[in-house]
Amino acid sequence: MRKYAVILWAAGFLGLSSTAGFAAGTVIENKGSDTLVNVAQSWAEAYQKVAPHVSVAVSGGGSGTGFAALINGTADIANASRKIKRIEKNQANANGHEPVEFIVGYDALAVYVHKQNPLKAISLEKLAAIYGEGGKIGRWDQLGVNVPGCSGQEIIRVSRQNNSGTYAYFREAVMDKMDYKSGSMDMHGSKDVTDLVEKTPCSIGYSGLAYATDHVKMLCIAEKEGGSCVTPSETTAADKTYPIARPLFMYTKGVPTGEVKKYLDWILSDEGQCIIKKKGYAPVRPVTCE
Amino acid sequence: MGQADSTSATCNTDDRRNLAWFIDKAVQVLVFIAGISAIVFIIGIFVFITKEGVGFILKSNYALSESVFNLLEDQKMPEDQLDAITVLEGKKFSTAEDLLKAVEGIIGVEAAGPYKEVLIEKSHDQPFHVKSFFTSPKWAPTSEIKPVYGTLALMVGTASVTGLAMLIAIPFSLGAAIYIGEFATGRKREFLKILVELLAAIPSVVWGFVGLSMLNPLIIKLFNVPIGLNVLNAGVILGLMAAPIMTTIAEDALKAVPDRYREAAEAMGATRWQIIFKVVVPAARHGLVAAVLLGVGRGFGETMAVLMATGHSINLPTSIFDSVRAMTATIAAELGEAAVGSDHYRALFTLGILLFLITFMINLSADLILRGVRKE
Repeated sequence: MRKYAVILWAAGFLGLSSTAGFAAGTVIENKGSDTLVNVAQSWAEAYQKVAPHVSVAVSGGGSGTGFAALINGTADIANASRKIKRIEKNQANANGHEPVEFIVGYDALAVYVHKQNPLKAISLEKLAAIYGEGGKIGRWDQLGVNVPGCSGQEIIRVSRQNNSGTYAYFREAVMDKMDYKSGSMDMHGSKDVTDLVEKTPCSIGYSGLAYATDHVKMLCIAEKEGGSCVTPSETTAADKTYPIARPLFMYTKGVPTGEVKKYLDWILSDEGQCIIKKKGYAPVRPVTCE
Repeated sequence: MGQADSTSATCNTDDRRNLAWFIDKAVQVLVFIAGISAIVFIIGIFVFITKEGVGFILKSNYALSESVFNLLEDQKMPEDQLDAITVLEGKKFSTAEDLLKAVEGIIGVEAAGPYKEVLIEKSHDQPFHVKSFFTSPKWAPTSEIKPVYGTLALMVGTASVTGLAMLIAIPFSLGAAIYIGEFATGRKREFLKILVELLAAIPSVVWGFVGLSMLNPLIIKLFNVPIGLNVLNAGVILGLMAAPIMTTIAEDALKAVPDRYREAAEAMGATRWQIIFKVVVPAARHGLVAAVLLGVGRGFGETMAVLMATGHSINLPTSIFDSVRAMTATIAAELGEAAVGSDHYRALFTLGILLFLITFMINLSADLILRGVRKE
């Protein structure tokens, strides 16, 4: 019985790999940012229907991994949540590649508080004083609110683990690269942040716009203290009025041609942009999807 | 293999090299390999961790790191010069003068002049400092200003959670062991033993989940504290996790006490209570201490549950309601995304060495104490 199972299994495996081998007319290697990896996978799957002769192989590993693959020529497209560094660009040039940058969407970081928190808006300055090292704000009453169910009105800071892209981007955009205060709850995923905020009245946390739920409240963000605030949304991220939104990039080895160009054009088309919107990121321009 | 055995067996019917002889030899070799492999693996793991970690401890050189490039850019070094010196990226020099000479060799002495200060002062690369590694509570390996690798808060975090866990687990597990070993009989005893072992089979991520989603809101409500992910939460979870293994070992230790001790005590007119506390427990004390120490080792090494239940927050706790962060959880959370070979990556391995040494000491002392039992 077991012997047959092994044979069946092996046959299935061979069948699978051979069909994959036949189906792939062209393979586009797509590697990089973990922020983008879910969207990139959805794009790759949907593109199967658009162009069945092209298969897109997506893998994550971080923006740096994507650039490394672009430099040594093993990736056709590198996904990144940051711009290419000078050193990476020089290395790519030395290998005869001229990386070309495309913005494929925006990732807006929303600031979440508990549902019963009466706070509506906050400025970047105040956020830096809450999260940044040496910042003076540690209690909700310093922000002029009284949070029901929060003992001692102590602000519980919910953050991310120190090598996530979200952590680095929040530090850059809000705290001008200053260090974080010690003692924040460093969650291991974007969803963990909203989950914890939902259950903890005293908390404040930042996470992608995609992770908003009905059980947490998003704050309106003002760039300057006393200035008008902007609510995070796909629209405000795409028109760049929302202050903590970052572009998401794809880099190609050189000016794209052939299937790679077609793929990128499709990503930037309404169809491709609706997919990124469905995944909770902001499209590069307002699109209407069904 | 089987075929070769049978042919050789038919050829030499008169000597003892028949099938059974070969099977015997083969089993001997297999058992030897299995026995030795555990040692080989432990040595291999230790060598691997040390190799990765020592690079961090001993690192001291001068190099053009990314932060130096950023500083040079801030100081308005022209683009073409910056591009030219990127060839030195990652090269290590033993003195600042060597580095300066190399830069001067590329862009010329005069052009390098204004940046001398940055090149000499900011290029020193020595991330590990013995004193701050053990005494600084700040763990900021990805800081843009200056990475700091202080493990004090992490060690205190692990120790406080394990300490509380033991306070909870010791009375429970010793009580359970005494009940199962001395009072329960027959089917009740078997049923209890199976139940305790079942408890040990619950995966740690499930425990962590219980801490994160059940104990957190409960602790906030019960004790009116701002956050329920703290030493108390993780201590309770870890105590429940360590209790079954401690119970099993403690029960074995109690069972190892010869019945004649109990019979002698009974003959002297001792009550059951007196027999247990005056005779059985003292006789089994080595085994009981070993059980506790193994529980401590389990606490130090536990990762997933403490990652989820402590709040993963760098803190020197002043009460059991403060959030902390454990050493194991730090490694688990950060290693996956640290660039291989970077200072951060190597620092995590150094943390691994430290953890390895601590758990090794605990397990070794448990082992020595257990050995003491057998000699007596």
